[in-house]
Amino acid sequence: MTGESLSFIFINAALINNFVLSSFLGICPFLGVSGKLKTAGPMGAAVTFVMFISSIFAYAIHQILLIIEAPYLQLISYIVVIASAVQLVEMFIKKFSPVLYRALGIYLPLITTNCAILGMALFQTNRGYDFIQSLIFSLGAGAGFSLALIIMAGIREALDLADIPGLVKGTALTLMIAGILSMAFMGFAGLGG
Amino acid sequence: MKAEQNTSMDILLKGIWKENPVFVQVLGMCPVLAVTNSVINSIVMGFATTFVLVMSSFFVSLFRKLIPRQVRIASYIMIIATFVTVAEYIIQAISLEVHKSLGAFISLIVVNCIILGRAEAFASKYPVKEAVMDALGMGAGFTLAVLSLGVVRELLGNGTLAGVSIMGPSFEPWSIMILPGGAFFVLGAWLLFFNWLRERAKRQQERVMV
Repeated sequence: MTGESLSFIFINAALINNFVLSSFLGICPFLGVSGKLKTAGPMGAAVTFVMFISSIFAYAIHQILLIIEAPYLQLISYIVVIASAVQLVEMFIKKFSPVLYRALGIYLPLITTNCAILGMALFQTNRGYDFIQSLIFSLGAGAGFSLALIIMAGIREALDLADIPGLVKGTALTLMIAGILSMAFMGFAGLGG
Repeated sequence: MKAEQNTSMDILLKGIWKENPVFVQVLGMCPVLAVTNSVINSIVMGFATTFVLVMSSFFVSLFRKLIPRQVRIASYIMIIATFVTVAEYIIQAISLEVHKSLGAFISLIVVNCIILGRAEAFASKYPVKEAVMDALGMGAGFTLAVLSLGVVRELLGNGTLAGVSIMGPSFEPWSIMILPGGAFFVLGAWLLFFNWLRERAKRQQERVMV
């Protein structure tokens, strides 16, 4: 799989195999933070940044683990790297934008348990991407996550004004919309190949 | 003695029905949606998650007085990651085929919010016995939930159950059901169903009160 062109890797991660809508990674923040457009954008950016950092470290760790022949340490070391990267982002946002820090609230530290990031790190290792490919892959995955989050936030903001039966309101409705979005994203299959 | 048995039974049952992690608390959605395209995958995922849940709850509860509060989340994740690695190697040893079809999602049990959530909300506060019961209940609730999705999706999407043909040869499979979109639809429909059940129970209770 290492022969894939960079543009294909990016489009594949962002659109064709969108992380949220077709690989089901990062569903928790997708359902939790997608209520408002104002927080969806920054959340997407924060996740993309953490993905980018984790991708660099995951690549380095994978090389080290290959040398010392300890593949069973992969999962534990990845999760530690991601937790540290999230801590870094948290301190950064707290310092530069306290307002945003408060708006994201509990969902910021929860990026650690966002499966999209760990999934990205595992996929790049499993698919044997080289260093540049890994970086592009992480950016594509981040872009795909942000895109799904922002589309969903837009739809949900519009739905606030609609008259919906009480029974359907909440997660059930969000899931139905996600299903339709997921079908729409299937239309990207075959793109960029 | 009787009373104690009752409470630990209650802890067990509450995870399966009243506080079902998937249908009521809406936690751990990623594996629920991703691996439920067949019954076999659902069962393996349910058991693997239950195993990790029970083992990590046991150790979190055992060490709850030793772990300093500031580093508790990191310590919990370490404990969980250890058992996920164990579970992954066990599955690989038993069936390479299932391991391949579940792919990265076995490793991703680490970031399943149910496990960290139970460690933080329950196991870190209660003695070992209660913690294990709670983990068993939650694990059973999770397994039931993934199974209920897996059954619907495989039956409608493929016309089979655990690989055995049910619907007969003339059945036209709804292929959307085993595609990603179907997962969202089926889970949404189940949530709707449970909402409806709860609403109905509430209404009946009100009627009795009046």
